[in-house]
Amino acid sequence: MARKLPMYMAIAEAISQEMERDSSVFVMGEDIGAYGGIFGATTGLLDKFGPDRVKDTPISESAFIGGALGAASKGMRPIVELMFVDFFGVTMDQIYNHIAKVTYMSNGNVKVPVVIMTAIGAGYSDAAQHSQTLYGIFAHVPGLKVVVPSNSYDAKGLMISAIRDDNPVMYFFHKGLQGLGWMPSPEEAAVEVPEEPYTIPFGKAKIVREGNDVSVVTASRMVYEALWAAEELEKDGVNVEVIDLRTLVPLDKETILNSVAKTGRLLVVDEDYLSYGLTGEIIALVAENALSSLKAPPRRIAVPDVPLPYSRPLEKFVLPSKEKIVKLVKEMM
Amino acid sequence: MPDISEQTLLSLYKTMFKIRYYEETLGKIYYEGKSPIFDISAGPIPGELHLSSGQESSAVGVCVHLKPEDAVVGTHRIHHFAIAKGVDLKAMTAEIFGKRTGLSAGKGGHMHLFDPKVNFSCSGIVGASFPQAVGVGIAARQQGADYVAVAVGGEGAANQGTFHESLNLAALWKLPVIFVIEDNSWAVSVPKDKTTSLSRNSERAKAYGIPGVYVDGKDVVAVYEVAKEAVERARNGEGPSLIEVKVYRLRGHFEGDAQVYRPKEDLEQAMANDPVKYLENQILSRNLQSEQELKELQNDIIAEIDEIIEYARQSEYPEPQEALENVFIGGD
Repeated sequence: MARKLPMYMAIAEAISQEMERDSSVFVMGEDIGAYGGIFGATTGLLDKFGPDRVKDTPISESAFIGGALGAASKGMRPIVELMFVDFFGVTMDQIYNHIAKVTYMSNGNVKVPVVIMTAIGAGYSDAAQHSQTLYGIFAHVPGLKVVVPSNSYDAKGLMISAIRDDNPVMYFFHKGLQGLGWMPSPEEAAVEVPEEPYTIPFGKAKIVREGNDVSVVTASRMVYEALWAAEELEKDGVNVEVIDLRTLVPLDKETILNSVAKTGRLLVVDEDYLSYGLTGEIIALVAENALSSLKAPPRRIAVPDVPLPYSRPLEKFVLPSKEKIVKLVKEMM
Repeated sequence: MPDISEQTLLSLYKTMFKIRYYEETLGKIYYEGKSPIFDISAGPIPGELHLSSGQESSAVGVCVHLKPEDAVVGTHRIHHFAIAKGVDLKAMTAEIFGKRTGLSAGKGGHMHLFDPKVNFSCSGIVGASFPQAVGVGIAARQQGADYVAVAVGGEGAANQGTFHESLNLAALWKLPVIFVIEDNSWAVSVPKDKTTSLSRNSERAKAYGIPGVYVDGKDVVAVYEVAKEAVERARNGEGPSLIEVKVYRLRGHFEGDAQVYRPKEDLEQAMANDPVKYLENQILSRNLQSEQELKELQNDIIAEIDEIIEYARQSEYPEPQEALENVFIGGD
């Protein structure tokens, strides 16, 4: 039976079902117990599984995220939450020098089945230290899988895949997709979700709208800005193909290259910073493999290399949006 | 009663009342435009808002001993320290409203307030204040100056590595730093006894060979006394101190927090220990002011704050393209 669920409930349900199935799965993090996670991703888990498997932690991220690695080395499958991606600086060494590298450094002799989940995203004036979409940093470091769901169906299936994966997975949910009620979220993100557990394979992008004129490659909340732009552009006779990457590592190169071969135009839209990130990566992929199929130079929209400002007009100015996509696609045609 | 003049006591009260009225006023304005359905992105003050009602005594009792050249490095819940340190309140309020007349012309917001004129700064990252205050202490040493640094953090922040690294370094180099831990009992939703292996963080000072004092912030005079000694010690080159102030969080972690995790008795206990009411009662019972005089004093402060709020409301928003300015000094 499927029912419409907001993304935060789909994530919590995925974790709950995996905890029932596998006693080695447990959760640690700040305010994940009685509070249910600041963005709802652990709602109801404390009541169901108790404080031994749903552990509220001190504000000691190096200890509990490094701790997840230690627990994983003894056969546990920890899920850790750290509220905002902006906070990861305090524990980065445990992630990028250890969790990401232990499997390689041990030549595959040590498994690290850890899920690290966190919130990304701007759009509600939470300013420079609470609004970033820093998945690019983690995708850059070899050894971390990077998951970025855009709707509740994908959120559940990708979370179950993440928990069952024997590798470290960074799972990024967008605050503005969770469907929390107190934070604006597109209705389209809350879709039908089957009650039974299911997985979604990593490295499979989804064509969320088919079109022949231009490929818009994006992820997470920007999927909706792209879809809304596509609706508007359709009125002008421009058919936009929108690709939701769903995972950045592994990256579904085939779907991107096939789409660009069909449309001949590429626009990459990203809520992360512009330089040295996702947009450059996708364009490089296409330039290396499909340059001759391009009818126009590839373009990109992202946060223009400034920290996220607080004041509403400033924040709006730097964020990618439907309007910016429409304008740029028209220039490309 | 300890050695404190009536004049000082009244001046402490004025600042405490100013902070309380300021915070409670922002706490009302915050909900404008956010009903009937609460929307964190809407209204004149969008985003998160962490108010300091109930925690006034730690800021006021400490900052009264500071000079403008002394630094305060703070946290996400910091308006009380900003006011007590003498941050330009018009510019700070305009910043919280996202206006161009703000301290950072709308770029920073309430968690990122910078007023270099009075050496005030803060951060939205828990535990980030301690090393930066240590750095101010290092600068004082390098420059042969007698200014001091105050690092502010909550009891939750005392479980960060930065806290312990900073205590050790400040002790090792005998730096002029005062570590102020505000124990409001709650790290967002998690109570202190579920996060901290000792009941008092002040005990942790022993591990670094520096003085550590626990003081009840219900009484600002008690904080005043303890802070006086710590600041003098730092200024005289005798090294750092750790003060843990028991404070009382009268509101949620942030506005909009329903506090479902918090027992009713805990909030009632906090209200029973309200430091502003406590000092008010002291003033009245010792006949330092009549009720009428106190009322007039309050009304003056209310008028001052109301005018500041109106200034912030009336100020212009920045132009959108100003978002691209000041990533680097001197442009890119």
